[in-house]
Amino acid sequence: MSTPIVDMRDVETIVDMRNIEKHFGPVIALAGVSFDVRAGECHCLLGDNGAGKSTFIKTMAGVHKPTSGEILFEGKTMSFDSPRDAMEAGVATVYQDLAMIPLMSVTRNFWMGREPEKKFGPFKVMDFKKANSVTMEEMKKMGINLREPDQAVGTLSGGERQTVAIARAVYFGAKVLILDEPTSALGVRQTSNVLATIDRVRKTGIGVVFITHNVRHAMAVGDRFTVLDRGKTLGTAKRGEITAEELQEMMAGGQELAKLEGSLGGTV
Amino acid sequence: MTDERVKQVSKLRRAMIRPELGAICGTILVFALFLMIAGDSGMFAPEGIRNWTIVSAQFAIIAVGACLLMIAGEFDLSVGSMIGFAGIVIAILSVQWGWPVWLAIMVAFAVCIALGALNGFLVVKTGLPSFIVTLAFLYILRGMTIWLSILTTRKTIIGGVKDVAEGDWLAPVFGGTILKGLFQWFADIGLIDTFIRGTREGQPVVSGIPMLIIWALVLIIFGHWLLTKTKFGNWIFATGGDSQAARYVGVPVNRVKILMFMFTAFCACVFATAQVMEFGSAAADRGLLKEFEAIICVVIGGALLTGGYGSVIGAALGALVFGVVQQGLFFSGAESSLFRVFLGTILIMAVILNTYIRRMITGER
Repeated sequence: MSTPIVDMRDVETIVDMRNIEKHFGPVIALAGVSFDVRAGECHCLLGDNGAGKSTFIKTMAGVHKPTSGEILFEGKTMSFDSPRDAMEAGVATVYQDLAMIPLMSVTRNFWMGREPEKKFGPFKVMDFKKANSVTMEEMKKMGINLREPDQAVGTLSGGERQTVAIARAVYFGAKVLILDEPTSALGVRQTSNVLATIDRVRKTGIGVVFITHNVRHAMAVGDRFTVLDRGKTLGTAKRGEITAEELQEMMAGGQELAKLEGSLGGTV
Repeated sequence: MTDERVKQVSKLRRAMIRPELGAICGTILVFALFLMIAGDSGMFAPEGIRNWTIVSAQFAIIAVGACLLMIAGEFDLSVGSMIGFAGIVIAILSVQWGWPVWLAIMVAFAVCIALGALNGFLVVKTGLPSFIVTLAFLYILRGMTIWLSILTTRKTIIGGVKDVAEGDWLAPVFGGTILKGLFQWFADIGLIDTFIRGTREGQPVVSGIPMLIIWALVLIIFGHWLLTKTKFGNWIFATGGDSQAARYVGVPVNRVKILMFMFTAFCACVFATAQVMEFGSAAADRGLLKEFEAIICVVIGGALLTGGYGSVIGAALGALVFGVVQQGLFFSGAESSLFRVFLGTILIMAVILNTYIRRMITGER
């Protein structure tokens, strides 16, 4: 081992967000959130609607600039001016409803914003041969056999669309993959496909941030769990340190849901 | 893990199912119809062909611009007014002010493209629907055109462009005719008729291919190539398909939209310049309703009004349908007011067919 002696924490941690605050006019959306992602882990960010999950990941993805706080990327202070900046650095985001454009083909979606080009006389054209074969291959790695790369994304199921977006992020060298509620609109089997994809991605050494409000989905793949409530973190727990019931209670603010859960027979 | 519920699709079906199918059917339909009702009226003789190809080419020039803009998710209702405006600018500068025609044409192009950029800039910056922004310019430009024309000449028609364009190097690029030798040879071997009397005795009735048609073909090929083969084409689809999703992956959505408004304005100016050179005059009421005619061509061609889907080849076929119907009714001696009835019918049929095809391609429900 010839690795220089450094703090192990710095080696592993890809993105470290410290005390992030974000104000929209008079509204305090985030009031000091700290959160970090390490290589090869799946860090779940839980919270009910309005807890600030979306604002927080958009800050991480370069859509919003934090009002105060520090973002360390691989140990260095970073300030992303645009989603493009964050993407170039290796922070890729798959948004729930904005992942794909249904009218466009899988290939066109996969390469959107990063189209491969080749020379055609004095002009540059898209290299569809390369684009198609890479798309097919990457989709196969994720367990989806496309009929043809120029079929429209609209013909794919919701889970498959998420998978195309994840495959795209992985192919373009993401170090951190942020998934914004990837399972919230999916059926049972599609959900398990997406969860299996998350596991596959994590094993390649990519840090996954999995945003969800479904505790069971989080428990299925998560290594660490952070709960967000009203713009603040309620703490971070490792796998095995916390039960699903405790997470659920933290997210819902306890009391009322516990009562409701009693009357529903513990199914919420 | 191919889903067994997805049926295998035959090659033939896949070749059939394309955005242009509606326009292809429309084209076959109108040609079949007019071959039947106007086949012996001279519509398909060289002179007749020249007649409807020119009209179709005019529609195609503005349809290409409108098509790319619509796929990028925007409209331009100021195309018609822009045509009138560009024509008057060329006529005032060249006839009234005595500028060389090439300079007048270039200034007209610069002004139109700048106006297109302004349209695009306003749409992108205010976030208002382009329908409203360009509707404002429809009125502003038409008003300016009439005012400028009356201010300088006290008339709304400015003639005499043909005389000043004599010997100009740029004017024939828009108003000229090419392959004259070839057509003379066609006449010599009897393929096309010649004039038998008058000053042009012995010359072929169709003297060559008008530059207008060359412009249409070049713009169609360029538009199709740009849209389907280049990176920028992918950005056009992405911008119209979902501008927010496109922005998140780094597509310069605003730049794409503004450039497409500029391209539409460029196409309008090509139309205007060719028309001024052909008639030798400019009139303040030129280009009336052209914005809607361009949109009709594009929609017959299979484009989606809300953006993100369409075809330049389809739009060109839409323009062909439009031109053939308009001139065909004239040739067949039908009541010319029926033109709009017929066109409306084709429009609605094409749109129904296109919607059905699009659902099959894209999995919309």
